[in-house]
Amino acid sequence: MNQIILITGSRKGIGRQLAEHFIALGKNVIGCSRSESDLRNELYTHFCLDVTDEVAVKKMFSQIRQKYGHIDILINNAGIASMNHFLLTPLITVEKLFITNFNGTFLCSREASKIMQKKRYGRIINFSSVAVALNLEGEAIYASSKSAVEQLSRVMSKELGGLGITVNCVAPTPIDTDLIKAVPKNKIDELISYQSIKRMGLIDDVINVVDFFINEKSSFISGQTIYLGGIIS
Amino acid sequence: MNKINREKISELVFNCIKKYQEEYEQIIDIAEGEQTRLFGGNGQLDSLGLVSLVVSIEEEIETELGIAIVLADEKAMSRRTSPFSRIGNLIDYIDELVSS
Repeated sequence: MNQIILITGSRKGIGRQLAEHFIALGKNVIGCSRSESDLRNELYTHFCLDVTDEVAVKKMFSQIRQKYGHIDILINNAGIASMNHFLLTPLITVEKLFITNFNGTFLCSREASKIMQKKRYGRIINFSSVAVALNLEGEAIYASSKSAVEQLSRVMSKELGGLGITVNCVAPTPIDTDLIKAVPKNKIDELISYQSIKRMGLIDDVINVVDFFINEKSSFISGQTIYLGGIIS
Repeated sequence: MNKINREKISELVFNCIKKYQEEYEQIIDIAEGEQTRLFGGNGQLDSLGLVSLVVSIEEEIETELGIAIVLADEKAMSRRTSPFSRIGNLIDYIDELVSS
C-alpha cells in the first residue's frame, strides 16, 4: 500500500520542498496551508486551512480517513517565528507563536494519531529549532514555543509508543526561507558561529533527517530531537 | 426524538465494542450491559484500549450521524463520574454531546 504523508505548511519553504521530495519518490502527499498552493501533481492534494482551527483540522483528517483509510507519516512543519527582546514583546505575539507552533502541532498530531493507531503504525515528525538549545537572546518566545513542541514530542512518544507510532523532532539551523528573512545578517552569522559545522543550513539537511526518522528501520527511534549543524543541546 | 437518538447511540457504541474485540482480539465481558465497567476501577480497558475504542466511536458517530465530536473533551475530563467508567455513562455522554 502506498504511503500517505501529510505535511503542514506545505505551500512554501521547507514544507514545499519536502512535498516535492516525497512526490518525486512516488508517495501520496497531502499538504495544507492557510492559502492555496500552486503545486500541481496527481500525487498531491492540498487543503486550505489554519492548523490552529480545530474544526477545520478535524474535517481535513475526516476526509483523509474517508479517502485513504490511513495515514502513515505526519510532518508538522507549519510554524511562525518572531524576534524581539522579551521586554518589548506584546502578549499577542506570544499567543500567535504558541497557537501556531504548539497548538497546531498538538492538534494535527492528535487527529493523525487517531487514524494511525488503527494500523498500529505511524511516524510523526515535529519541528523544533536550534534556538532551543542555544537559548538565543531575542528569541525567548519562539524558542519557548519550540521547546514546548520538543517536550510534547517526548511525552507523546511515550504515550503513542504502544500504538506503534514514533514521534521525533528535527531542529534546523537557519535556512534561507521566508521564516528568517527579517533576521539581520549579523544575527545569522552569530548563530552560525555557535554551530560545530559553520555554514548555513540547507533544506536537504532537513530532508535527510526526516528521511531517517521515517525509514522503516527507524522503528526503534522515538522521543528524540536531532539538532542540525552540530549544535549540542 | 432524544430517546431514539440514545437508542441509536447505544447501538453504535455496542457495535464499536464488538468491532474492537474482533480487531484487537481482546474480550470485553458485556454481560452487565450498560453497567459494564470500561475504564478505571475494575474497568476492562487499559489506556491504549480506551484510546482505540474512543477513536472508533468518534469515527462511527461521524460516519453514521454526520456529527464530528471529540469525546475526550474538557467537560468529560472534569466530570465527577467519568463518561468512560461504564458503557451507560459513555452512551449518556455521547447523547449529551450529540444533542447539544
